[in-house]
Amino acid sequence: MSALQWVFIIASLITVGAAVMMVASHRMMHAALWLAVALLGVAVIFVTLEASFFAVVQLLVYIGAILILIVFAIMLTQRSTEAGSRLNSLAWGAAGVAGVIWTALTYVFIRWVVSGTPMQELGASFDDVVLLGKALVDAEGFAVPFEVASVLLLAALIGAVYIAFERKGEGS
Amino acid sequence: MDAGLFWEWVIKSLIIVLMLTAGFAYATLYERRVIARIQVRIGPNRAGPFGLLQPVADGIKLIFKEELTPAGADKVLFFLAPIITVLPSLVITAVVPWGDTVVIGGRVIRLYLTDINVGILYILAVASISVYGIVLAGWASNNKYALLGGLRSTAQMISYELALGLSFVGPILLAGSLSLMDIINAQKHLWFVVLQPAAFLLYFLASLAEVNRAPFDMPEAEQELTAGYHAEYSGMKFALFFMAEYIKMIAVAMIGASLFLGGFMGPFVDRFPWLGPVYLFLKVAVWLFVMIWLRATLPRIRYDRLMQLGWKVMFPLGLLNAVVTAFVVVLVGG
Repeated sequence: MSALQWVFIIASLITVGAAVMMVASHRMMHAALWLAVALLGVAVIFVTLEASFFAVVQLLVYIGAILILIVFAIMLTQRSTEAGSRLNSLAWGAAGVAGVIWTALTYVFIRWVVSGTPMQELGASFDDVVLLGKALVDAEGFAVPFEVASVLLLAALIGAVYIAFERKGEGS
Repeated sequence: MDAGLFWEWVIKSLIIVLMLTAGFAYATLYERRVIARIQVRIGPNRAGPFGLLQPVADGIKLIFKEELTPAGADKVLFFLAPIITVLPSLVITAVVPWGDTVVIGGRVIRLYLTDINVGILYILAVASISVYGIVLAGWASNNKYALLGGLRSTAQMISYELALGLSFVGPILLAGSLSLMDIINAQKHLWFVVLQPAAFLLYFLASLAEVNRAPFDMPEAEQELTAGYHAEYSGMKFALFFMAEYIKMIAVAMIGASLFLGGFMGPFVDRFPWLGPVYLFLKVAVWLFVMIWLRATLPRIRYDRLMQLGWKVMFPLGLLNAVVTAFVVVLVGG
């Protein structure tokens, strides 16, 4: 096996292991940090696929922004330092369902014709950032989904401001 | 990949780490001497000539200090937090070039570790991770002052990351690339600080807030929070936080110099490529001097004012600067 495949195997093992630890850990803060490790593992897998832009965005958006908000929320909760119960009573059932879905998906992917196609070597001059940038503003590309996503985020932003806004005359 | 290239990378990474740690040691001395001069004192001058061995003495003292772990602390996280703080500050400068290429023993060596096409995004991503160390230190200490310091720093760093990211947009648009090497090459004749004064100012202020330096050193405000997130830390663990702060100062100065002050560019650098690292070093030294000067001059800004400045002044200014720059670049036909 090539070094790249070893990196992929190690990164995916760490990712899956961290995801399991996230579900199983006692404390919320530890769960959040295991989630960070899992997301970091996904970023490493992006790097092995030569998608450096996605790797960096994975770090920037998921670990740098979303997870920080989760950690922030946990820090503000009262009982964040106490150890909670380990697993809830439905955990084994849920694990069984997840296992069945995983097996089914793996079966579908193995049978899928695309999985037999070898990966193409991209030239050194191939610049995925330029292509992605153009696709995001091109009407033929993803201009409409991109704008719809920004409208959705704007709506969420306005909603958050509305909830947080202090209305006068209603008391506190 | 040949073995020579592998060893070249290893050696370059070692040089970066060693230079940053040595830079940290002497940045502390630099700061103490400069602040002493500003306050009409002399500063540390006993250990070695001009006090040059002072950082060594400080290091030895900190190694022999007792390590304390608070009884209610989360032991694992308390141990991990200083390490998580130091690592991003050591890896962030991997994409900053110190020069073009030189020839050593018939082998062409590029004076940068790597030149990835998303260099600037890499910097932003690593900078966003560095929040974790401080947050975790504050939370794991199980101390209300430390927790408040951690919360404050999270809010501050998230708010100023926006302005930091927007200040990068100006140079990116002018150079038409996300790679730091391309941005520096685009400044061969004119530094971007002339074309992008607003972005430069935004970067400077936001980077001060990102590294928690005065006047934005709210997370460790001594009068209100005793020492903020590192209140419970002692010995080498405290030294790691200290190290992270100073290495981040150097990294921020290196990135700023590359984005706005032409990086390693300077007179005769085409003919003598070894001048590149020298120019970069000089620019970083001047940048650090300004940071230290500000700390000696300005009082700490109040917390609500800090948030107002970040969200109501710097963020709109950054957006406006990005829009205006984009229009001008399209009109000029860049």
